[in-house]
Amino acid sequence: MTDTRIAAALGLAALVALPFVLPTYFLHIVIQVLLLGLIYTAWGFMGRFGLVSLGHGAFMGVGAYTSALLWNLYGVTPWLGIPAGMALAVLLALVIGYPCFHLKIVGHYFALVTLALGQVVALLIIAGRDVTGGSLGMTPRAVGTSWLAVQFQDRTQFYFIALALWLAVLGVRYWASHGMRRAALEAIGEDETAAEAAGINVLSEKVRVFVVSAAITAAGGSVFAQYIMYLNPETVSGVGISLQIVFAAIAGGMYSALGPTVGALLTLSLNESLRVLFGTSFIGAANTIYGVLLILFIIFMPRGILGVVEQVLRRFRPPPQTAPAE
Amino acid sequence: MDIYLLEAVMNGVMLGGLLALLALGLNLIFGVIDVVWICYAELVMAGMYAIYWLHVFYAWPFLLACAAAIALVALFGLVLHRLIIEPILGSAPINQLLATGGMLFFLQSFATLLFGTDFRNVGIRLPVIELGDIDLSFARLLAFIAALVGAAGLYLFLARTYLGTAIRAISQDREIMGLMGVDQRRIYLITSAIGGGLAGLAACLLVLQYDVHPFIGLTFGPITFMICVLGGLGNMFGGVIAAFIMSQIIAIVGYYFSVEISYVLAFVLFIVLILIRPRGILAR
Repeated sequence: MTDTRIAAALGLAALVALPFVLPTYFLHIVIQVLLLGLIYTAWGFMGRFGLVSLGHGAFMGVGAYTSALLWNLYGVTPWLGIPAGMALAVLLALVIGYPCFHLKIVGHYFALVTLALGQVVALLIIAGRDVTGGSLGMTPRAVGTSWLAVQFQDRTQFYFIALALWLAVLGVRYWASHGMRRAALEAIGEDETAAEAAGINVLSEKVRVFVVSAAITAAGGSVFAQYIMYLNPETVSGVGISLQIVFAAIAGGMYSALGPTVGALLTLSLNESLRVLFGTSFIGAANTIYGVLLILFIIFMPRGILGVVEQVLRRFRPPPQTAPAE
Repeated sequence: MDIYLLEAVMNGVMLGGLLALLALGLNLIFGVIDVVWICYAELVMAGMYAIYWLHVFYAWPFLLACAAAIALVALFGLVLHRLIIEPILGSAPINQLLATGGMLFFLQSFATLLFGTDFRNVGIRLPVIELGDIDLSFARLLAFIAALVGAAGLYLFLARTYLGTAIRAISQDREIMGLMGVDQRRIYLITSAIGGGLAGLAACLLVLQYDVHPFIGLTFGPITFMICVLGGLGNMFGGVIAAFIMSQIIAIVGYYFSVEISYVLAFVLFIVLILIRPRGILAR
């Protein structure tokens, strides 16, 4: 246990020191890894308990467009716009999640319902082209460096915002994956009927996980758009990004705390290195490799990269006194 | 009645035939193997590229190119099952869906890599039929008829042949059928090939109406899954009914408002219907 704590403290110190030593380009990548990583982690909240959502792009889109539109149209600061987007995402998750879980819609069916939800949000963004710019996308009105607008010329401030958010999401995950709550959710993931019989309120546990996951995804989408300063229905909503969330989380390992972040690191560095190596003449190369990797991951290592790493580490460690949870 | 609305309704019927055909192949696989090929529409895209390539670059006659594409996509379906689905048949069903999702990414980006993001057209212009005041695209009518013929053919195959009976039986009880001497593995492979073949047939019909581009699958994929589920898992007849309901919504709402709004309504209707009738619109 102390080993892990020391490692965590060292890791944190390294992360705080990072923006002062890293060249701007790499800092740019790391900020994206943190922001996407926290979205993937939020997806993993549900994914690891067997609730596979193929529509998390919906929540990302709701979050990103709510705060950006409030800022552009009414000058409302993202400090209010982001919570507003989260509230909308929560509402959406309740409207979809409650009846779904009440009627025991799981597996394929839940995946397809969320896929439809993702389509609805993406299409509404496109249909509202008079306000949202449609498929062409939109940019938040730029005002230079301003805390009120959450816009910074210097990447360091943004890095610390991203880092704080990412740590907060890991905190939520830690809180949710200990004690009774985790036991309850795991029981639900394995056998819902048995969990119900054991006195677990399956419905409220599932709705809670879905709502928390949606809220974080909305916040992440909003801050991500705020950082990139460009919103497009393809990049912050829709099927493409929804699937990307799923696969990055799985590739990294959704059962491990840092797995989805590793997934974000993997996909972003793959994208970037191929872009740097081959330029734009090779569009699609990254995703081609990515697609093949995903198939291999799901067949050969469904617990993802970190899942395998943890398994290997455990083999070299003396068995702990109490039985491991996983 | 408004003549343009009538035209929209007619076009809806035509689209319905096409969607029914798309849903049919997916439904067969969904019903028999209990796997959702989330990359189904991308198989259609692959077929469309095959036709485009054979017809435009190698100057094959169109029908020959179509036959080759059907065979090619059928083979692809078989290989997809053998290499990707079979190793993980025993794991959680959602894993199979996700593995085919990897294939979706692969096909989409591989097509981008090979052909770029250009819209490509086979360059076949079919005449427009005038029915009184209504203009009807011959390509759509052809697609509609071919879709119905394909559906009828599949129905006859499943209802009348020995193999078809085995496929239907295995979709009802996969454990018992194994004990009765049905080679489950072989049936799954054949079903996958047929599912792929139907995607190939859909490709032949789509290529006459739409330009090919790597992301065309995203236009048809999601709506096809919804139709499948609405029709009821493995229920062919339900799938056809659902296809016509969805296509009419898309056509009529699209006529009054916009295409996006019509799809939004179709997806919202799907979400509402699945909550009311989780086992499909025809379920008792």
